[in-house]
Amino acid sequence: MIALYTLMEGIIAFFLIAGSIFALIGSLGLARMKDFYMRLHGPSKISTLGVGCVLLASIAYFSLLDGGPSLRELLITIFLFITAPVSAHLLSKSALHQKLERDPRTRGNPEELQEDDDERTLEETPQGSSKLP
Amino acid sequence: MLDFALKISVALFAIAIVLNLYRVAVGPSLPDRILALDTMYVNSIALIVLFGIWLGHRTYFEAALLIAMLGFVSTVAVCKYLLRGDIIE
Repeated sequence: MIALYTLMEGIIAFFLIAGSIFALIGSLGLARMKDFYMRLHGPSKISTLGVGCVLLASIAYFSLLDGGPSLRELLITIFLFITAPVSAHLLSKSALHQKLERDPRTRGNPEELQEDDDERTLEETPQGSSKLP
Repeated sequence: MLDFALKISVALFAIAIVLNLYRVAVGPSLPDRILALDTMYVNSIALIVLFGIWLGHRTYFEAALLIAMLGFVSTVAVCKYLLRGDIIE
């Protein structure tokens, strides 16, 4: 029985350390990278993984404390895994909408960031009065 | 061993939140700040769960769930405001 407790303690400690290191790497990427499109990568990939590891440790700890499975923390994990891509998508859409500057090393050439000359001609075309009464 | 690991992971999460606060203060544009706040609420969920493990208490689970839901809703609301100039059309 004591061997089981020692083993579970080691597993919980491993998950705690791994999760906090993941979260620290994500936040370091958020603080260090050059432009917004690079900065979006770190937190949205890493922080959910870090919190997922911590929640796994919490599940293991409370299961050991109760002597039975306690799966309530899975709710937070599932919720974060569903919502993190949605918020990252909305953030990138709003960044493209604001036409944020980008580092020259950032790849890709999305439509929203290209210099468009068509806007001018669209404005200058006569609207044309409608024939309807 | 568990005490030691808990202390180390609380310290690492605190450093992560300080880095997010730096990005909130410095971040040159609005989406940067929203992204930093988004990361900050995810990290604070982990801090609350760690606090619950430390005390051996189950009460803090509900607080973490509430922060998760309200954080997602607020991020989506601010992004919609930036995109559309309005939240509910």
